[in-house]
Amino acid sequence: MFPPGALVRVRNDWPETRGPVHIRTPHYLRGMPGRVVRLLGAYPNPEDLAFARPAATRALYHVAFDQPAVWQEGQGGDELLVELYEHWLEPVQ
Amino acid sequence: MDKDVPRAPHDLGGVSKFLCEPVDVEPHALTDFDKEVDALRGILGVKQVMSVDELRRGIEAIPEAEYHRLSYYRRWIRSITDNLLVKGVITEAELRAALERV
Repeated sequence: MFPPGALVRVRNDWPETRGPVHIRTPHYLRGMPGRVVRLLGAYPNPEDLAFARPAATRALYHVAFDQPAVWQEGQGGDELLVELYEHWLEPVQ
Repeated sequence: MDKDVPRAPHDLGGVSKFLCEPVDVEPHALTDFDKEVDALRGILGVKQVMSVDELRRGIEAIPEAEYHRLSYYRRWIRSITDNLLVKGVITEAELRAALERV
């Protein structure tokens, strides 16, 4: 579990290249550093629900990202706030 | 500058091609077709035949050119049809016969 303020990195993983998938982690965030804002709850993993497979419960977070670093546009202080599941997040030391 | 990554066709956030197109934010009236598709998805969910997550996976599997050509609810009916065929709820013969009656 990540507390609010925890520094994280989105896994730089591309399941799209390994076969049919349903993932809710947008391509532009893979490998990007972010900051956990809050825990939103825990939900059955949609990556499994999408294939009618048994789905483990996963924590879902609001994670903030520095927008200029993601899209090379916007001003310092602009942020993206994205909902991401815990298994897509790695701790940053 | 777009990253050269193996993104799926529906994963459009930040893709420059779409940043250059104005976003249509006007509300659209729903057609009878739209409402019927929405109701059908609702019933399939209540009856536990098909989840919203399965609907989304089916939409995301639509080939890119077709994905951009289809309206919102046409993507839904395409996904619902694919899901029901794969699950064996309907057969291709039944689908073809039903389409011929329309």
